[in-house]
Amino acid sequence: MSVRRIMGTEVEYGIAVQGQPLANPMVASSQIVNAYATATLTARRARWDFEEESPLRDARGFDMARQVADPSQLTDEDLGLANVILTNGARLYVDHAHPEFSTPEVLTPLDIVRFDKAGEQVMLDAARRAATLPGGAPIVLYKNNTDNKGASYGAHENYLMRRSTPFAEIVSHLTPFFVTRQVFCGAGRVGLGQDGREHGYQISQRADFFEVEVGLETTLKRPIINTRDEPHADPQRFRRLHVIIGDANLAEVSTYLKVGTTALVLAMIEDRFLTTDLSLEGPVAALRAVSHDPTLRQTVTLRDGRTITALDLQGEYLTRARAYVEQRVEDVDDQTRDVLDRWESVLERLARDPMLCARELDWVAKLQILQRYRDRDGLDWDDAKLQAVDLQYADIRPEKGLYQRLVASGRIERLLDDAEVDAAMHEPPEDTRAYFRGRCLEKYADAVAAASWDSVIFDLPGRESLQRIPTIDPLRGTKAHVGALIDGADTAQQLFHRLTRGA
Amino acid sequence: MAQEQKQPRRSGETEETTQDLPETDVAERKEALDSDVDDLLDEIDDVLETNAEDFVKSFIQKGGE
Repeated sequence: MSVRRIMGTEVEYGIAVQGQPLANPMVASSQIVNAYATATLTARRARWDFEEESPLRDARGFDMARQVADPSQLTDEDLGLANVILTNGARLYVDHAHPEFSTPEVLTPLDIVRFDKAGEQVMLDAARRAATLPGGAPIVLYKNNTDNKGASYGAHENYLMRRSTPFAEIVSHLTPFFVTRQVFCGAGRVGLGQDGREHGYQISQRADFFEVEVGLETTLKRPIINTRDEPHADPQRFRRLHVIIGDANLAEVSTYLKVGTTALVLAMIEDRFLTTDLSLEGPVAALRAVSHDPTLRQTVTLRDGRTITALDLQGEYLTRARAYVEQRVEDVDDQTRDVLDRWESVLERLARDPMLCARELDWVAKLQILQRYRDRDGLDWDDAKLQAVDLQYADIRPEKGLYQRLVASGRIERLLDDAEVDAAMHEPPEDTRAYFRGRCLEKYADAVAAASWDSVIFDLPGRESLQRIPTIDPLRGTKAHVGALIDGADTAQQLFHRLTRGA
Repeated sequence: MAQEQKQPRRSGETEETTQDLPETDVAERKEALDSDVDDLLDEIDDVLETNAEDFVKSFIQKGGE
């Protein structure tokens, strides 16, 4: 394998109603989702199909009892909160007290960037529409992960993996990688500790919120390796690795490297290529220590007693990934090479002077702004202005968001142009089952009663029961498989007839 | 598949040229960079929330995930 794999991201956005700090965030989040759904979905609104959801399924091989689960873990109960499927195959919904955008399933890191950025544009569009509704207050959305007062919300990644890979192998090889990858995919944060009580700058938004090494929870006792196991695919063949340790990135290169390098490490684990044990002594403490040192000189201790910086530990993974691609991957694709080259380039420049990466990485871009303010105005890290810069970096509005201002003035490197991102707001990826889901929503919205990752459910005239088309294989339902079929079927009945006749 | 043909621009080109430059040019470049960041601060001053303290205090979120 290479960087190619079935993947997706889910980002919960921070939400603020201007002038109403005590506004109910669930209501505001629903307004966001409903405003977008009302404006973009012309016909009936397809429900989310919860049939295949199992949030208490543990990758280690058991189910948590519902009675002992925290209510926040029961994500499969439809609480009547807004929840829609978009024509690009994505899911836009309210999760707890935040609007969330889950990308459709894609196959490459660059497509992750494309749909993750399309999610920002969907959220921006939704917020603008919500503001125009009668009684609608201006709602501002933030692509960040903490309010610096003790609350954190997630930016998750999902990677489909072979079921046959022992979970213990995943834990031992992935943990040191996850503890240190923040050097290129941290989003930067003003404040130390969950409530930001100590003053200073750290690399990651999320590091201070992780308390255990492995576990099922995502809302409490957050684990470095999350064991939630809902593959949304054939469970005999696949597990879905649900990664909760990442920051929400705005910088395209940060997102690209986050997902691309992780995909490579997973490929090495699946192919049993990693034989050296790089396990850390106390990974939870190491995660924080690395995050709390933006000079990148902090060392962590391996179980074999060696001490090593986060950059050098990443270098160990890079060296192995280069060897792996050379020895095991035939016909290496361009993105795999590009991820390796960028990974190496970024590590090398971060070691010389982190500021050399200010055009590519979120935490460095943010720190550069903050550092100049400190130099110019003599501000200490506890100054509210610096915390405001941190927050406003993540404001998704082009006129107010500081990341957006960096982009507008050409100070941030981009991997995609606006047109590519805008198209992904509406058009699904062509090489996964998201194509079938998205096209059905676009063409037969009237007849789609519900949908989810692994099904599309039709309500067809003349049939009493709903007709469920399973999409259990993420690599079927692509444009190559069903593009012509959908193009040639004017109605959902025709499509259903042709699909089932062939089966 | 059309998506596979789209590749991000390669990285690393600019910094390779930097390495070959004599010291003075590096200093000049740094100066240009600093002045660019100062321009940026002026721009940010224009859009930054005017009452930073209130803005920061009122940003209260519930946990998620």
